[in-house]
Amino acid sequence: MVEFAGWSMPVQYASIVAEHHHTRTKLGLFDVSHMGRLFFNGSNVDQFLDSLSTRRIAGVEAGKVRYSLICNDDGKILDDVLIYHLAAGGSFAAGENDGDSFYMMVCNASNREKIVQWLVDHLPKDSNIKVDDRTEATAMIAVQGPEANAIVARISSVDPETLAYYTGTVCSVEGANSIVSRTGYTGEDGCEIILASNVAAAVWRKLHDAAELIGGGATGLAARDTLRLEAAMPLYGHELNEEINAAQTDLRFAINSKGRSFAGRDAIVSALVEKTLPVRVGVELEGRRPAREGCNILSAEPTNQEVQEVVGHLTSGTLSPTLGVPIAMGYIRPQFAAVGTELLIDIRGKSVAAKVVELPFYKRSDR
Amino acid sequence: MKPEELKFAASHEWAYLADSDGKQIATIGISAHAVEALSDVVYMELPEVGADVNAGASFGEVESVKATSDLFSPVTGKVVEVNTTLPDNLEVLGTDPYGEGWIIKVEVTSEGSISDLLDFTAYEALCNE
Repeated sequence: MVEFAGWSMPVQYASIVAEHHHTRTKLGLFDVSHMGRLFFNGSNVDQFLDSLSTRRIAGVEAGKVRYSLICNDDGKILDDVLIYHLAAGGSFAAGENDGDSFYMMVCNASNREKIVQWLVDHLPKDSNIKVDDRTEATAMIAVQGPEANAIVARISSVDPETLAYYTGTVCSVEGANSIVSRTGYTGEDGCEIILASNVAAAVWRKLHDAAELIGGGATGLAARDTLRLEAAMPLYGHELNEEINAAQTDLRFAINSKGRSFAGRDAIVSALVEKTLPVRVGVELEGRRPAREGCNILSAEPTNQEVQEVVGHLTSGTLSPTLGVPIAMGYIRPQFAAVGTELLIDIRGKSVAAKVVELPFYKRSDR
Repeated sequence: MKPEELKFAASHEWAYLADSDGKQIATIGISAHAVEALSDVVYMELPEVGADVNAGASFGEVESVKATSDLFSPVTGKVVEVNTTLPDNLEVLGTDPYGEGWIIKVEVTSEGSISDLLDFTAYEALCNE
């Protein structure tokens, strides 16, 4: 267990590599209760969230879950979040919302207070919207892997397999009012369950027993990190932070700028047009030695100063348990970002050959 | 070797001290406890024969999936042998940490730090704190 953002976090239960593999081949259970869960009450919540999201939120039909960036006015990233628009049900009632649906946001634990403040500070004048931080009253369990949905289906009133990718619904899990969504952060199929914290342990145990019977099991946050890295999903504090413009992230799908206005839009659009800022890439290294966050990326050929020039830096790196090679993500000058570009990575004073590769590093075979 | 025959540093390296032709040679490795805590070791960066090592200073690195950790020398001296097969057989760190999992042998040139090392009982007590 390790302290993070005020939470005691399960980093690994046994072997990181074993947990990684059982998630890819069977299923992994993740306690991700540290993630912030914010619920919204009031009128025109969709327009409010839309005004602060790089992704279009207004007009999105109930049932959809959208990955979006939240940026400041300079287009720099405050957080990456999932915004749920769900049909109301059970204790997740619409309350004072318009119609019979509600909105929820899952944000990063380390950014939760900042995001709540950002949201509150940007409420329209005379708005009746209330941001209801239910992080501590609820818990969140991610069930990921090829067997994940089948295991959850045994105790859920809705089979996650019947949900389209990145949709969700209020339903009953082990008799407890829950939100189940076909989402995740591993590159595998699976779902995530949000439910009251006082019933979460019982649901965890039920899922855990079922998982262990088929060779899956509890999976810590260290394996979650190697899984998401193979899937090239960015992690806040590494690939994303307040120094990075959303345009640099290679997350084009998460930026809808046409006909919309949202915080940071102009700065993001300018950066997308100018293409001068460093961009996020994936690199694969030769040998077996993993490169880490902070390592410099050097040009493979000497530049006009006759030296290998620093052209970028790494933000995450590990030895890929699935591929057996060192992989890393980082930011690099656009002229070095093309797939196939040969580079050097400075690992504590030693240069290791590397090249830019296509992302993601790992894609599951059924997609 | 039995762990009872070894001396341990609080930073989880062990040393086996033996006389050879009038020289004191320390065989150095990392403890079973350290191997378990590191979990999933994937790479080791080792020194060359002839390199000087200093007690308490880094002589190499061990990389797990999760992180990079320094290897700290329990003794001061000169490297006389390196277990060059180890980086390709990292699993022996787990299966035989006090035998085949040895990392380097050092000719001890200063005995000053050796009295600071712990015996196995004291080291185990430290790990269980």
